[in-house]
Amino acid sequence: MTYTQTQDSITGGVPDDGDVLRVLEPDGSRVPHATLDPWIADLSPHELRALHRDMVLTRRLDAEGVALQRQGQLALWAPCRGQEAVQVGTAHALAPGDFVFPSYREHGVLLGRGAQPADYVLAWRGEEHSAYDHRTINAAPPQIIIGAQSLHATGWAMGAQRDGSTDVAVAYYGDGATSQGDVNEAMVFASSFRAPVVFVCSNNQWAISEPVTVQAKFPIAGRAPGFGIPSLRIDGNDALACVAAMRWALDRARRGEGPSFLEAVTYRMGPHTTSDDPTRYRDAAEVDAWAERDPIARLEAYLRAEGMLDDSGMAEVARAADALAAEVRAACIGATTRAPETMFDHVYAEPHAGVERQRAEYVDYLAGFEK
Amino acid sequence: MTALTLGAAINAGLSKALETDDRVLLMGEDIGKLGGVFRVTDGLQQRFGAQRVVDTPLAEAGIVGTAVGLALRGYRPVVEIQFDGFVYPAFDQIVCQVAKLHYRSNGRIRMPLVIRIPWAGGVGAAEHHSESPEAYFVHTAGLRVVAASNPQDAFVMLRQAVASDDPVIFFEPKRLYHSKGEVDLDADLADAPPMHLARVAREGTDATIVTYGAQVRTALDAALAAEDEGISLEVIDLRSLSPIDMNTVAASVRKTGRVVVTHEAAREAGVGAELVASITEQCFEYLEAPPQRVTGHDIPYPPSKLEKHHVPDLDRILFAVDRVCERGEGVRR
Repeated sequence: MTYTQTQDSITGGVPDDGDVLRVLEPDGSRVPHATLDPWIADLSPHELRALHRDMVLTRRLDAEGVALQRQGQLALWAPCRGQEAVQVGTAHALAPGDFVFPSYREHGVLLGRGAQPADYVLAWRGEEHSAYDHRTINAAPPQIIIGAQSLHATGWAMGAQRDGSTDVAVAYYGDGATSQGDVNEAMVFASSFRAPVVFVCSNNQWAISEPVTVQAKFPIAGRAPGFGIPSLRIDGNDALACVAAMRWALDRARRGEGPSFLEAVTYRMGPHTTSDDPTRYRDAAEVDAWAERDPIARLEAYLRAEGMLDDSGMAEVARAADALAAEVRAACIGATTRAPETMFDHVYAEPHAGVERQRAEYVDYLAGFEK
Repeated sequence: MTALTLGAAINAGLSKALETDDRVLLMGEDIGKLGGVFRVTDGLQQRFGAQRVVDTPLAEAGIVGTAVGLALRGYRPVVEIQFDGFVYPAFDQIVCQVAKLHYRSNGRIRMPLVIRIPWAGGVGAAEHHSESPEAYFVHTAGLRVVAASNPQDAFVMLRQAVASDDPVIFFEPKRLYHSKGEVDLDADLADAPPMHLARVAREGTDATIVTYGAQVRTALDAALAAEDEGISLEVIDLRSLSPIDMNTVAASVRKTGRVVVTHEAAREAGVGAELVASITEQCFEYLEAPPQRVTGHDIPYPPSKLEKHHVPDLDRILFAVDRVCERGEGVRR
């Protein structure tokens, strides 16, 4: 066999509609898809409404994060607006025993795992490095080192495999991360050991200011098969496609068939973080074009057309979203900063003479001001 | 007691760890059928199976990064980095993840990893096979760093490292892999001195030599030679580089008033610099002479035909002893 053909086939911007798997068109109309349909045939109206609700909650929570940062209550926030479908949709497909390894932008995944209001904001406020207990929501601390969590997910999956369990690990990262060695090494390990792990790449078109074309000249989903890992390139703004693809991948993992890769083609509607200014590097026209493909409006249009959602249902979801935002705000503003000597806690699990000496010295130093 | 080489003692320690805790597993390149390039894991895969003694792909970040995930799942991975100079691809995972996860999670996530590194030079090896990277890891909060200098310590400290709930960088002096010593294979870990304590390898009264790893043997040889000249040297084997057992070091320096620190790693911002700074802070009024460092030069590890000029030998240590004792050639120069 020869592999001499290369393909310079991605352009960034708005993808060719024939390029990605989907069951909901941007206007919300339902189209059949032979690969995806079987995985979502059983979704009840209740579950579909829950998907929509969680996406609305995620967007509201995200808006609150931005507002809290603008008001000086948070040091920074990484907005996820536009990416609600892939985050909520994939999280919706998980079983309680599965374990996610999120990046710092996966607010909708954390919501899907049952995070509490303070969990979203204390790290961004600078009170903690990681606010939540990984054991209560089966989520690793948010990862800031790009792509590093892909290896952790793979190792966790190797452990699950040794335990004889059907638990699956999920690594979430973006298009930029796919250039990292860790992400590629994770695919080698996952493939070699048939580890039950799902790689979810949210291709949001931008790694801060670099368009995806700097990371890839070929669809990112096209890389995984080279590692021996099946992949799907899905419309990341189609929540139903995200649920379907994730169920396909999780099922493969649970049946011992090893890792899968999902490239969810989506768009980062906001800045990289609240410190970023995307007007310096991208056109408003591109953002406007993606606004036409909004994931929440799309699902809403579908649910309304199917008679599963009406104005009163929408109002109820909006009230729940405002209530969550109020709780997040209260948890943020009400946070108290720990005593300074606690910064020496947990450097080690067992006593360490060097750290204890420095803690004692600093406590003494601070005590000098109280006299 | 059983006479074992240092490599065989580590093998015995790994074997014991695998036997006593089924959450322990070994990962590394060529550690299975081959038994590792130094044969330290010889026979272990045959005995414990490929699920517990895992030949990994050739990717150090991958080895350490997947070990992090296994630890999160409740395993206690012992990973082998094939050579000291191959650890750098894993540096990000070690510094940003392994070292910080316990802190980042407020103690909720433990990282009971052992990262074994065949270490340092003096064996005529190719480039990147003779490095002494310990200072990078000592400088990184969250890691414990130890270096064994003899088979008994290697056997016990390896098991202590596996039992520790903190990540441990475990340096194995490769030029001592084949040197033999008596090992008590049935010793109770509870009776052994804790891993973080230094050991007085030889008592003396005129000056203290502080060192670790393979340099302990060189220092002991120097002490023997000095004895012929009527100088009594005390030799401290640090064993642990993070934390450093300053109580033992300071007690010795206060007794002798003179100190030489020696290691094979480069001098600038090295472990010796930390030692001399701490000694100066804690023992200043006891010092009779400026502390001396005898180290590798601040150069990349040289081609092996020149390494005898780089790795501090007995004569360079004695030269520094002369300086701190204010006698002989060391002073005149």
